[in-house]
Amino acid sequence: MRIDGKGLIDRTKPVRFRFDGKDYAGYKGDTLASALLANDVRLVGRSFKYHRPRGVLTAGSEEPNALVEVVGPSNQTPNVRATMQEVFEGLVAQSQNRLGSLRFDLLAVNDYLSPFLSAGFYYKTFMWPRAFWEGLYEPIIRRAAGLGSLSGKHDEGTYEKAFAFCDVLVIGSGPSGLIAALTAGRAGADVILCEESHALGGRLLSAGGTIGGVPAGEWVAQVVAELQALPNVRIMPRTTVTGAYDHGTYGALERVGLHKPARPNLPRECFWRIVAKHAVLASGALERPVAFENNDRPGIMMASAVRTYLNRYGVVPGKRVTLFANTDAARATARELMAAGVTVAAIIDPRPDASGVEECPVHVGAEVVGSRGRLGLSGIQVRKGSEVFEIETDCLAMSGGWNPTIHLTCHMNGRPRWDEDLAAFVPMEGAVQGLLAVGAANGSMSTHGALATGHAAAMKAVEALGRKVSVAVPEAEDMPYRLKALWAVEGKGRAWLDFANDVTTKDVKLAAQEGYRSVEHMKRYTTQGMAPDQGKNSNVAALAVLADATGRGIPETGVTTFRPPYVPVSIAAMGAGGRGEGFAPQRFLTSDQASRDRHAPMIEAGLWYRPSYFPKPGEATWREACDREVTMVRQAVGIADVSTLGKIDIQGKDAGRFLDFVYTNTFSTLPVGRVRYGLMLREDGLVLDDGTSARLGENHYLMTTTTAAAGLVMRHLDFVHQAFCADWQVRFISVTESWAQFAVAGPKARALVNSFLESPVELPFMGVAPVRIGGVDGRLFRISFSGEEGYEIAVPTRYGEALFRDLVARAETMGGGPYGMEALNVLRIEKGFITHAEIHGRISAYDIGMEKMVSAKKDCIGKAAATRPGLWGPEREQLVGLKTHAPISSGAHLFVPGTEVHRETDQGYVTSVGWSPTVGAWLGLGFLKDGRARIGEKVRLVDHLRGLDVICEVCHPVFHDPEGEKLRA
Amino acid sequence: MPELIAKSALEGRSVTLGNVTLAEVAVGPITSLAVFPAGGKAVAKGLKVLGLAMPEPGTFAEKKGARIVWTGREQAFLMGVDAPPLEGAALTDQTDGWAVLSVSGAGMADVLARWVPVDLRLAAFPVGRVMRTQLNHMNVVILRIGDHAVEIMVFRSMARTAWHEIETAMHMVAARAGVKI
Amino acid sequence: MRLTCPLCGDRDRREFYYYGAEDYLHRPAEGAPLAEWDNYLHLRDNPAGVLRDLWYHEAGCAQWLLVTRNTVTHEILGTELVAERKA
Repeated sequence: MRIDGKGLIDRTKPVRFRFDGKDYAGYKGDTLASALLANDVRLVGRSFKYHRPRGVLTAGSEEPNALVEVVGPSNQTPNVRATMQEVFEGLVAQSQNRLGSLRFDLLAVNDYLSPFLSAGFYYKTFMWPRAFWEGLYEPIIRRAAGLGSLSGKHDEGTYEKAFAFCDVLVIGSGPSGLIAALTAGRAGADVILCEESHALGGRLLSAGGTIGGVPAGEWVAQVVAELQALPNVRIMPRTTVTGAYDHGTYGALERVGLHKPARPNLPRECFWRIVAKHAVLASGALERPVAFENNDRPGIMMASAVRTYLNRYGVVPGKRVTLFANTDAARATARELMAAGVTVAAIIDPRPDASGVEECPVHVGAEVVGSRGRLGLSGIQVRKGSEVFEIETDCLAMSGGWNPTIHLTCHMNGRPRWDEDLAAFVPMEGAVQGLLAVGAANGSMSTHGALATGHAAAMKAVEALGRKVSVAVPEAEDMPYRLKALWAVEGKGRAWLDFANDVTTKDVKLAAQEGYRSVEHMKRYTTQGMAPDQGKNSNVAALAVLADATGRGIPETGVTTFRPPYVPVSIAAMGAGGRGEGFAPQRFLTSDQASRDRHAPMIEAGLWYRPSYFPKPGEATWREACDREVTMVRQAVGIADVSTLGKIDIQGKDAGRFLDFVYTNTFSTLPVGRVRYGLMLREDGLVLDDGTSARLGENHYLMTTTTAAAGLVMRHLDFVHQAFCADWQVRFISVTESWAQFAVAGPKARALVNSFLESPVELPFMGVAPVRIGGVDGRLFRISFSGEEGYEIAVPTRYGEALFRDLVARAETMGGGPYGMEALNVLRIEKGFITHAEIHGRISAYDIGMEKMVSAKKDCIGKAAATRPGLWGPEREQLVGLKTHAPISSGAHLFVPGTEVHRETDQGYVTSVGWSPTVGAWLGLGFLKDGRARIGEKVRLVDHLRGLDVICEVCHPVFHDPEGEKLRA
Repeated sequence: MPELIAKSALEGRSVTLGNVTLAEVAVGPITSLAVFPAGGKAVAKGLKVLGLAMPEPGTFAEKKGARIVWTGREQAFLMGVDAPPLEGAALTDQTDGWAVLSVSGAGMADVLARWVPVDLRLAAFPVGRVMRTQLNHMNVVILRIGDHAVEIMVFRSMARTAWHEIETAMHMVAARAGVKI
Repeated sequence: MRLTCPLCGDRDRREFYYYGAEDYLHRPAEGAPLAEWDNYLHLRDNPAGVLRDLWYHEAGCAQWLLVTRNTVTHEILGTELVAERKA
């Protein structure tokens, strides 16, 4: 029910929204919870396990009951706390965790079955008969379990991530946060002020009182106006700081667009990584419920929440309110309700020495012991001494005291300290480097305490930053915090601790009785604190009950570990920008458009996009295109873009010496104008990479790496250089991106190359020369990855597209054309050339038959370890070729024909395969135990995944032109 | 004889959304100077012709259309002019290796804060400073050329992704500000 | 987690590639016995406390850093360039 003249909502701006299919009206500034309460909707959800009717309990992000699904155009967000969701025009929300309607939830039968559903029931109940688990129990449990549901559709919403940096991060904008931000802000420090709610002020928006002689609300408005005017202060409303991490890093979730209708490009949420030199934790405190029988009915709420709904939203959640509280401060809720004309039926105060003087009946030394009302509260039972009596009420405001919101101080494994006076945990100072807890978060419960500690923490930060400022702390209420700890009222029935997960005091006692005495064990056995609210409302009370049941004190019992995030964070926000095109950079070749123009399907090679094949009219499958392209290269000439290979320019007097150190073979003796194949090992003796390096000048080399290992090799070279020979006269830099490079391969390659060079050159096999093409300086290499006479022509990248189009056009006049990755792969398999399919990280030089390439005359990286026992010998799987007439697969394993197929009889595996139109057979490369001694033998190739079982001939890995006559022609 | 036409990575594209403009810019030749051990004096002498010196870490300097940019330990990029004859350093042409994007306007830092994990506040990253860092998953060189302007050097093959990322962030920042697009 | 690169300044952990213990800098001489290589390549201490290890500023200046840090408190006690290290 809405009360006239109260609240900070904008009554000139009504907002229509829908809940469970029914239309309602609220005002701008309302949360879904306040608007539903204003419409007298008390029942908003069902509990997790027993499907008990539930209403709004709190007015903040700790809400355990009022979890709803918000339905958007392309998404459905479950477990949205109605207490945080602002209403907007067209908001659609629905209750969750029900079967049928909210009022007649079919799963409410669980409540009657509760004797069988106590803590650990699933460990005990579903154990027998064994066969029933998969067929019966699991499907039923799966359907009943889980909170809320998704749309099942792809979430088209926009999400964002961002980084921010500041001198002082202030977390929370209550009195302590505001004065901290003001102090640091006036001192000229860069301040970020994060406030979880949409409005700044924290508890000052809910409570009355004065600050510095003006009403608290006015003071808030003044401070906020000043902060907004300071260019060095950044105010971030709707932003919850979710975690504290190493070295001043904080995670924060901003609700950017969740309070308005969806708009293109407007992020729903943004996940911030904030780096702060200093942080002030002004997160306040959370009021704690009291456990008594049936304390979970709609209408039973936190006293501070009732006060918030009254003062901030102008809403009273009942007509006859009762208060059950163990502090003086909580009495304000009753007084303010009465002042607003609401009937307060009674105050029940368990403290025998509490004051009995109020403008309503007060029962001192009494406790609430029960409640009634099926879908909403209608009355409570009160016990005073031996007498039990009934009070008619539709709203019970309860308070068991306050827990400082210390979560962030514990995220770096800090343990909090038990404060006997507060009967609560408070932060251990220094638990998070650079973060100071202030105000209620640090146990200073009065407004004065909040202002004084907030100011003091900010002053510390200001001084550490070398700045100066003078800010007076305004006068404010400084009432002592007097409470008698009350966790649970004695009684027989079910008294709830964790509302969201349906954990009662009985469950905790049962856990203790069954030996789960450790708080971490009790938590997992009962699921206490494992719901979306993560025990914010209940953990301390639960461990107090556990402490009592095990005869220990609370500090001795200890707390469970606080972990980030403080509130639920959607994966979409954390991973923002990592979807679709943002998943990884896309690297495009200069020939990309020309290849697409020819309808080449592009495949990913690392981050690169390379043409798979170039289809011709009439070709129905990729294989037809691939076969044609292979034959084209073998008989005429083919063009392929090979720019993806890593290229490293190496210069200096010690360049040759450096290459000798990183390659197994010798490069210092390579003549200028020549190219050599090189093998590179890791220091553990296994193969890192291979490639060709060219000597361009006396002190100038150009190394090529495989596409896959380009980054890896650069990192390796940097390490070797910086760690072992930083003083050598050698410098290197990647030029991969600087050159577009094209393979021209086939018997007609030489004729094609000479047709476009300004002056033809005669290059020997493995030669390199500078050339000019149409006025552009380029480089010509005579190297081959196909086994045919081959050239690679390199020009500065800006000319790449033009040269590719020109080369392809020329090739086509000679019966040739472009070829793609599929043909390139078949060509190199026919020739027995290896790639990272073969040198996959577990392969030694010996395994690929290159042990003789490890020079005996010099040291090199990996040389010593390569001689380790076990890296050579007949027990090693060695590179072989495989030939057969049926399709085969890479990943298949090899066995001796006639033997059983299992792990122990495994003889090796296949790394690359392809149909060879040249040989007229399926060819493969693979590794076979003692393979080189087994050429000519038959092996059985088995691939269970693809259902293959084929006999293959073991061959020398070079099938095509084994003498290399074509290469050297 | 083939006619080779030069093409830049993004063909000089530009776009403005809200108060931020993104554009591919031409910066002329880029040469890497990697100073050899004990090569410092010779390099200093060679650079004198241009009125430039090897920059301190994290800085760049400009003189008459020539720019020298720190890019690493004992390494700098000379941009905008052909490298003069120089002893004491390895010279490597990098002109074609990079695409250069300019991001400018009042919302520049807001846009980059979506992808760049480094403090971009003017006090921490003033005009005349350069840094090597990341733009989402890409390694980049960022030069602060104005209070509200940077130039971002990205590997040429990744230029389209860099463009996509920055443009996406521009859309989100503009939508937050309520700009109708 | 943040590391201060001696050249680039204070940076987020995401810019760095982690390699392993400082031991990798102490490469045995050519011809050293295999046991020494085994120790160099594979045998590591796992201290609860101060540790020196190698990080590569991969997304930054491409320098290898020698980082001294405390595995218990997560405190970074120092960073230096491998190429210019003192010991």
